[in-house]
Amino acid sequence: MASTGDLEPTHYPARRAAQVALHYLNTHHGSPFRVFGLQQVHKASAEDVAAGGRKYKLDFSVTDWGSGSAGPALRCSADVLFPRTERHSAPEVQLHCEALHQINSTAQEEDAFYQKYISPDSTVSARDIPDSFGNMSEEMQPFWRLARVAASFIMLRESSENTEFNMAKVASVTQQESSEEQLMLEFVVLLHDFPSQEIVQWKLLASWSPDRGVRVLQTEWQPRCPHATKPPN
Amino acid sequence: MILARKFYSSKMKGLLVLTALFVAVFGKKTFEGDQVLRITAKNEAQIFLLKELSEQEHLGLDFWREPVHESLPVDVYVPFHSLQAVRVFLRYNQIQYNVMIMDVQDLLDDEEREMVKYRTIPRSTDDFVYTAYHDLNSIYSFMDMLVAENSNLVSKIVIGQSYENRPLNVLKFSTGANRPGIWFDTGIHSREWVTQASGIWFAKKIVTDYGRDPVLTDILNNYDIFLEIVTNPDGFAYTHSRDRMWRKTRKPNSGSSCVGVDPNRNWDAGFGGGGSSSNPCTETYRGPSAHSEPEVKAIVDFVKSHGKLKAFVSIHSYSQMLLYPYGYTSTPAKDKAELHELAKKAIASLQSLYNTRYTYGSIITTIYQASGGTIDWTYNQGIKYSYTFELRDTGRYGFLLPADQIIPTAEETWLALMAIMEHTRNNPY
Repeated sequence: MASTGDLEPTHYPARRAAQVALHYLNTHHGSPFRVFGLQQVHKASAEDVAAGGRKYKLDFSVTDWGSGSAGPALRCSADVLFPRTERHSAPEVQLHCEALHQINSTAQEEDAFYQKYISPDSTVSARDIPDSFGNMSEEMQPFWRLARVAASFIMLRESSENTEFNMAKVASVTQQESSEEQLMLEFVVLLHDFPSQEIVQWKLLASWSPDRGVRVLQTEWQPRCPHATKPPN
Repeated sequence: MILARKFYSSKMKGLLVLTALFVAVFGKKTFEGDQVLRITAKNEAQIFLLKELSEQEHLGLDFWREPVHESLPVDVYVPFHSLQAVRVFLRYNQIQYNVMIMDVQDLLDDEEREMVKYRTIPRSTDDFVYTAYHDLNSIYSFMDMLVAENSNLVSKIVIGQSYENRPLNVLKFSTGANRPGIWFDTGIHSREWVTQASGIWFAKKIVTDYGRDPVLTDILNNYDIFLEIVTNPDGFAYTHSRDRMWRKTRKPNSGSSCVGVDPNRNWDAGFGGGGSSSNPCTETYRGPSAHSEPEVKAIVDFVKSHGKLKAFVSIHSYSQMLLYPYGYTSTPAKDKAELHELAKKAIASLQSLYNTRYTYGSIITTIYQASGGTIDWTYNQGIKYSYTFELRDTGRYGFLLPADQIIPTAEETWLALMAIMEHTRNNPY
């Protein structure tokens, strides 16, 4: 089923690989005020590699969801390697985006957000972001973005050529006691995998500060109904 | 973990702390900054403290759930001016709590917005709120109103019953007898809410434009349009009542505790092949046999007995795509070239409105292999212009598309549907 050589950039083999590159980009550069989304794949090709596995070469553009529709598109190129191993292992990504450090700084918003919630009295706790109708309060937006970035660690790790993940929603966010000056947040997120159409639930513990960025400390797959037995992969 | 203190001495300290931090009560106009806390006392001593707290009238607290026993949560409404004091009190006494409602005014504003939308039960389709998501009853009322207001043009056909015995309603737009027909369906996958919402808008658009827009008027003078807005009503009701992410039908599966069949894998086209599942506990479960789902069978029977449908469009979300057969095989459809060109044209029309980018191609090459799909079956029945849409967005909100995108989505999609209808009209077969 899989194709090698030049790929149709708008079709799923290229798109899935590009999405993996996006997850990688977000784990490295995402923040409460910055989440990147795929705008368009310009060129794509794939080839089998000697060690077993398939490597995709991609040329694509991304936009920052944090800056609304006014944001400029960033041009990126990436190599995405899906290994062929007995048990699933995470894809390997090499990524370069032009002008990444020239995009509008969000340092001010990040600092303000950090100061507001690092206080020992802060105990943020919320559910269903967004709600069934797609509503999300202003206050919850940075938390949604943080969840999306943290979820990118999981989505990156779980991706293969047969998956295409997005975060469907944040089921809950519960602030934990801050540790080492990091905001500590426990998220339960619902991920949507396109090919299988499954909704997959993960609980995770993430830390964030303007200096250290997002780190994911713990992840736990959660069954969504009493009859689900084991996670995919 | 934490040592308990003698509660008498801490009680006194606690109250002193509170009093020290007390701020004079102001008259309240709004509820900005007010919160509702859920407190979990872990022993009787903490319950005692909370009872003491509840007696501090100057704090203006309102206990929605009184402190009774450590096994029961205590919910308390805390006005903004007392928040700091209460939090310090709880922390000082190591009483655990969560913020249930972060800002009551925000919540009221949201509710107000929602309520304004529903303030009047619409008495006509001009009153109906197209910028909101509605439940099944509201949508069925809408249909009846539309028919009543436009009885020369619109009628309602019930093509069958869902598993849970809900009517499967189809709106028929017709200006004369024995015409060939065009079919649209939305909501076959219940969680794809922007599709049913768009279907409502399309229905209104048709009655508004007939007699005003020359292209649509010409189409309707030669073809009937059939529109099934809630193609999976059981699933839709379930997304409102229990699980917003429900996709399938709600029919139980014998020998399994898992419910539901994917109605877009249940058609007799490559049924049972790759890209559908044999496991009832999965989202793409194909069902025990082709057309086993009453929601699917009803459409199959309708299509066969009508015999003259010339275009069939099944609408889904999300990912912004316009797809043509096949999904179950990589053998290209006989009419692939024409379908591809028409898709290109339809997408160009769509994009012209808000610059929304769509991808197009055959199902199997563009999105994934999927067997037992609707338009593969309709195409194999001879309905040449068989298409599937995947509407907004591309994954940012996914199924939870904000309601303010309903109308832009419907408007742009309509342009693509018009392109398909116009081509059908101009290329009779």
